[in-house]
Amino acid sequence: MSETLNRQEVVAARGVRVTFGAVKALDGADLVIHAGECVGLVGHNGAGKSTIVNVINGGLSPHEGSLRYSGNDVRGISAARANGVRCVFQELSLCPNLTVGENARIMHAELKGWNWRGRALALVETQLQDIFPGHAIDCDSTVDDLSIAERQMVEIAISFAGISAPPKLVILDEPTSSLDAGLAAQLMAYIRKFVSAGGSVLLISHILGEILSTSNRIVVMKDGRVVADRAASEFNNRSLVEAMGNVVREQELSRKAVAKSGAPVLSMPARRGHGHGQAKALPFEAYRGEMIGLAGLGGHGQTQALLDLYLARNSNWFPTKKRDIAFVAGDRSLNGTFPLWSILKNLSIASLDQLSSKRMIDGDREDALGEGWKKRIEIRTPDMGNRILSLSGGNQQKVLFARALATTAEIVLMDDPMRGVDIGTKQEVYEILRSEAANGRTFIWYSTEMDEIRLCDRVYVFREGAIVAELVGEEISEKSVLSASFAQGEAA
Amino acid sequence: MTIQRLLVAKPWIWSFAATAIVWIITVLFTGGASSFGLSQAALTFAAFSVIVGIGQMFVITLGPGNIDLSVPATMTLSGTLALKLMDVQDGMIVVGLLASVGIGLVVGLGNYILIKLLRIPPIIATLSMSFIVQSVAIWSNRGLRIKPPETLAEFATSGLFGIPNVALVALILSAVAWVLLEKSIYGRWISAIGQSTFAARMTGIPVDGTRLVTYMLCAVLASVCGYLLASFSGGAALNMGSEYLLMSIAVVVIGGTAVAGGNSNIPGIWGASLFMFLVVSMLNTYGFGAGVRLILTGTIIIAVILLAGGRQSGR
Repeated sequence: MSETLNRQEVVAARGVRVTFGAVKALDGADLVIHAGECVGLVGHNGAGKSTIVNVINGGLSPHEGSLRYSGNDVRGISAARANGVRCVFQELSLCPNLTVGENARIMHAELKGWNWRGRALALVETQLQDIFPGHAIDCDSTVDDLSIAERQMVEIAISFAGISAPPKLVILDEPTSSLDAGLAAQLMAYIRKFVSAGGSVLLISHILGEILSTSNRIVVMKDGRVVADRAASEFNNRSLVEAMGNVVREQELSRKAVAKSGAPVLSMPARRGHGHGQAKALPFEAYRGEMIGLAGLGGHGQTQALLDLYLARNSNWFPTKKRDIAFVAGDRSLNGTFPLWSILKNLSIASLDQLSSKRMIDGDREDALGEGWKKRIEIRTPDMGNRILSLSGGNQQKVLFARALATTAEIVLMDDPMRGVDIGTKQEVYEILRSEAANGRTFIWYSTEMDEIRLCDRVYVFREGAIVAELVGEEISEKSVLSASFAQGEAA
Repeated sequence: MTIQRLLVAKPWIWSFAATAIVWIITVLFTGGASSFGLSQAALTFAAFSVIVGIGQMFVITLGPGNIDLSVPATMTLSGTLALKLMDVQDGMIVVGLLASVGIGLVVGLGNYILIKLLRIPPIIATLSMSFIVQSVAIWSNRGLRIKPPETLAEFATSGLFGIPNVALVALILSAVAWVLLEKSIYGRWISAIGQSTFAARMTGIPVDGTRLVTYMLCAVLASVCGYLLASFSGGAALNMGSEYLLMSIAVVVIGGTAVAGGNSNIPGIWGASLFMFLVVSMLNTYGFGAGVRLILTGTIIIAVILLAGGRQSGR
């Protein structure tokens, strides 16, 4: 596409590096977007898609590398906006207590003076009509009253709307995640129109059909780098999935073949997802002694499934007689640690039943439990009476593992527990998990890391809130998980 | 452990130190003549604050937003109905006590029903509940002042070995509450809920059940306090609970319990209750009016919260 090269660069990010502590989120990535093209951006979890979007929209300052808007070297969110860059976020970012028109005012500071409400209303209505002809959104209502799909439509419309000048670049991060097939097709058609009129779009989607049919050029990211950057016509579903995965790496683990024996210890009927282009959903089942992985892109319903499994087996009103399920949190500060307490109290809280007689806690038994687990999983502290926050993140996570394993629970749910844990600790914990599974415990493990998914005996892949694939034994590979995570869909 | 670390680790020492200082100042001002009488009165009136304060402390421990504002109305209703039921007969003393415990259970249940089923924040739910409770008290009282049974009045106003009986009752209740808080599973649970409700739920704690029990416990303690206070003062009055709204919260906060929840402190409630009474009586001795007293009470509470906040962020 020699024609593309002659066009004006709207945004050019070259050699961008961004690190968060030891994690390299972007490791020298290049992304150039020209006027009049739609660039599709794909990649697996943690590939760096969101980070590069944040660099382009000015939210993150790159630690190395250059960033230019239409040739100007400026930084910051307001500079990005001044250069016509708009962003529709994956997490919807409208103010729920304001009306649609008022939300438009927040994005467009030019709407001021007399009758700005009227003009804001007219602006959003025209734009909505342009993108989604025949929609039925009442722009006078507050965002609270809109459905999730309508909110997404409004946000897209506000971003595409221009008062003095239309935007130069609109970044769409999973814009169709809540839209049905018809609305998604309308949006894709509008994107093509917008691009042919000279605007540019950066499209991120897990529906490969949309990417392939709408973009002019596709950029594939992996491990913070751009690994492929070619015209869309040179890709198909298969080659795109292969470009995302690491084909070179071989399966290095021998997995024991566990026969499903007896009745499932835990099961859940198939759940309907919330997206379009949905394959039929599968039910969830777990058998004794299995290690089950929940895979797929982050935020596609894995955590929700774990919470549902857990909460359905735990009364909120009465103490549980026999504890048969335990939960290991991934987001320690949100649903894991009790910050005011000692390490020991944090460890023992889930197994107080075993440590007490007549509902009174036996201090000696509690201390013994603490010492036992301190040795077994090597919690690095001189005294279990120290506060939990005195430990490093990895050691805090070990305490949370010990909390679950110290219970009598036969089933342990794990919500991406290794997030931000160093490799040494990971190896120690994997060892413990393996021996516990051999003793008949069942583990259900949501992980965003492919290496951990490959430790599992059986894997369910989630997409848009539903289980779309089940992989057993040798079928578990990065490639098969990836191809199930991305809809091959016929969208648009 | 140095003195400084001890002070940080055991925040209730502050309230006792303050109590001792105020006691000495007041006694010096009156030339030492009042020391026994002052101590007696302090223990008696502190006892009432301690009883309602313990209940309030359990509720505040449940975490941000949890508070019971129905305490004064519950005290009034319990005192009114119990005295009416006992009708000056000594044989009915136990029945009256059981009735006031029952009132507490009902009010606590009502509070939590409002909070949970109607999803009203506790501050509004318990406040609306208190209007209902107070109205029932007004309706049942009808301006009559019924005396307590003689034995009960005698018990409430006398003492054992120089310590007022009501103070002994408060001491026993404090001991029970301390065991509950420090040694029982229930105590661990409320502390866990106060630190992170979501985390507590995910470790298998029955959060709603525990919160319900706590609101009921608080209301029962308020009822028992109302029963004792009415017996002590020779009859129930419709405004008898009013000063305990602020007092129940003040003694919890001054006593070193974390306002943000998760951490509670029973000895501190005693220190704070004695301190609050002594400050009031000291100001009375100096001849200040009610206005100045209230202003000073408010100032003390604000100062303590500021100091406590500084302590925590320093860690």
